[in-house]
Amino acid sequence: MRQIAIYGKGGIGKSTTTQNTVAGLASLGKKVMIVGCDPKADSTRLILHAKAQATVMDMVRELGTVEDLELDDVLKVGYGDVKCVESGGPEPGVGCAGRGVITAINFLEENGAYTPDLDFVFYDVLGDVVCGGFAMPIRENKAEEIYIVCSGEMMAMYAANNIAKGILKYATSGKVRLGGLICNSRNTDKESNLIEALAAKLGTQMIHFVPRDNQVQRAELRRMTVIEYSPEHKQAQEYRDLAKKISENKMLVVPSPLTMDELEELLMEFGIMEAEDEEIVGVAEAASK
Amino acid sequence: MSHEIKTVEGITKESTQEMIDHALDAYPEKAKKKRSPHLAPNDQASGSACVKSNKKTVPGVMSARGCAYAGAKGVVWGPIRDMVHVSHGPVGCGWYSWGTRRNLMSGITGVTNFAMQFTSDFQEKDVVYGGDKKLAVLLREAKELFPLAKGISVLSECPVGLIGDDINAVAKESSKELDMPIIPCNCEGFRGVSQSLGHHISNDTIRDYIIETREFPDPIGPYDIALIGEYNIGGDAWSTKPLLEECGFNVKSVWTGDGEMEKIAATHQVKLNVIHCYRSMNYMCKVMEEKYGIPWIELNFFGPTKIKESLRKLAELFDDNIKAKVEEVIAKYDPQMQAVIEQYKPRLEGKKVMLYVGGLRPRHTINAYEDLGMTCVGSGYEFAHTDDYDRTAPEMPDATVVYDDASEFEMEHFANVLKPDLIGSGIKEKYLFQKMGIPFRQMHSWDYSGPYHGYKGFPTFARDIDMAINSPTWKLVKSPF
Repeated sequence: MRQIAIYGKGGIGKSTTTQNTVAGLASLGKKVMIVGCDPKADSTRLILHAKAQATVMDMVRELGTVEDLELDDVLKVGYGDVKCVESGGPEPGVGCAGRGVITAINFLEENGAYTPDLDFVFYDVLGDVVCGGFAMPIRENKAEEIYIVCSGEMMAMYAANNIAKGILKYATSGKVRLGGLICNSRNTDKESNLIEALAAKLGTQMIHFVPRDNQVQRAELRRMTVIEYSPEHKQAQEYRDLAKKISENKMLVVPSPLTMDELEELLMEFGIMEAEDEEIVGVAEAASK
Repeated sequence: MSHEIKTVEGITKESTQEMIDHALDAYPEKAKKKRSPHLAPNDQASGSACVKSNKKTVPGVMSARGCAYAGAKGVVWGPIRDMVHVSHGPVGCGWYSWGTRRNLMSGITGVTNFAMQFTSDFQEKDVVYGGDKKLAVLLREAKELFPLAKGISVLSECPVGLIGDDINAVAKESSKELDMPIIPCNCEGFRGVSQSLGHHISNDTIRDYIIETREFPDPIGPYDIALIGEYNIGGDAWSTKPLLEECGFNVKSVWTGDGEMEKIAATHQVKLNVIHCYRSMNYMCKVMEEKYGIPWIELNFFGPTKIKESLRKLAELFDDNIKAKVEEVIAKYDPQMQAVIEQYKPRLEGKKVMLYVGGLRPRHTINAYEDLGMTCVGSGYEFAHTDDYDRTAPEMPDATVVYDDASEFEMEHFANVLKPDLIGSGIKEKYLFQKMGIPFRQMHSWDYSGPYHGYKGFPTFARDIDMAINSPTWKLVKSPF
């Protein structure tokens, strides 16, 4: 069983990419489970055709304690026999979403959700790793392989580099490794080259370049993956390619994150960022005239 | 106040420093550097602290300290008997702090006292989704079950602070809904270095939510005072309050032993605050002084010498009527106390005691032992600050060892060198010293005895000390190794 965690900046398309890739793996005959680790609980809707799956924490809240919960209450099976679980959690501003992830994963472990027939477990994690709870999927004996979804936009690359720093921390104490960057294209200039350059600096690879295609949105409107909605479409083939690359990937590395200066240098090299003019820093508009 | 310099035979600044250095030798360099300013020989004449205090405990040493929650629940809020005190968080903090401090209460349970264990009993779901809704339900239920409670305190345990549960908003809302004072106290255990911060936070919540919200029903008289920092351990307040009343004072409220919320809330009307435990309540004395112009005076009710000194110091602030009454009271009890001394002093003369308690008794009880002919050869606090150590210097014999936030190892080492006849400390130290065959008294809770305060308390104190030191038990025990 290979356990894989998908990280990346919020809104970059982690859940869509994960579900389409998982559907691709399922179409290759693999047995897969998805564990959604985000209180928004939108990591399984395309596989289950559901608006929102009943989450582990929602059921715990309803039943009173986690001890009263049964695996069948929260584990649903969707397209391609993919097993789906959502950790769930509170609305923003109250409680502790991070603890929700920990509680849910502990529950899954204790109740035998990790069956030996599974080829892959995918963790789809909240964009910002703000506390220990969201690092739960990459602690010891869990995901040992991480893919970062990013694009050619500056903030997405900052986030990717920050996540690499997190992986470095956990890599020294455990077995977690970076498997590659998945470029979910935003059609920015020289995007593919830029992500390949970033990947090289991080010591990893751009495992696949997923082009932008509105077919993804058309499938999402129907709460489906592209692979299920239109298996013959070229975008479906992209996700199958990505699935195959991940399945065959042997390049698992301890990343070498960039310093801020190095990252900015890279961005300037590709014209995404302009050289800083120290003379204008902290000078108000009126004062500069 | 001038003190004659007290000395102990065989103890010099050099010998004490040598003992400290030997203890420190066991530590790694970093721990040694951190611990050494917290251990020093007393300089009695200086009248100022000889050690550093109120610093983070050195990791790895066995400390006796508690936490901010313990300071709030156990010390300041818990003893107020007509309020419901809610431990907000998982069940353990509330359960294990229930009734352990022996702050006795009068009244009828469920009617005029609520010495029960109330907790929101956090489960995983409360951490994940927040415990605020559960708290609102709990407050409603508490009011429904105990309509006679005068108010509710909500004491935060650690998880509440970690997840940011807004207990202040819930308290405000519920207070309106239930038409009663509901006081949120953000005393999460991880805050600060010891229980001391819990006292401070609790004092601040009394300032923000309680004081000045009630008035005494009767008109205020010239002898109306409040007794602050008296927690009624083993019934102490039931000795000190009648004693002050015998002297002609009207004790309008006691903070917070056997305390009543509404009387505490009206304390801004009194003429003088008499403070016993300075460490835990000096904050509110200073607030009342600044805000309402109420002066305050620190007194000591342990042992006849200090009681006499304290009562006269108190009488100085009042008229001849009080002065005469105080002298009458002293004249009445002096012979009784003399009889106690005559009974026990011959059995205790020359015995040595080492103390290690919380924030007051390491200095306040020294003279009571001296009244019995004993000598204090070492003293220290779990959570005191510099101003406490300043007050300790003149009370302790010169050159004796002062230890702040001492570890079990240090205490054991000092006991081996000083060979005391008695150690007065807490439950965590008790078995260490009993295994060493040294008589021991738990001086946080009076070891299931008390009261020790006032004239009523001294005979009990003397009896207990004699019982501990002169018990034949220790001579009958043979070491198996």
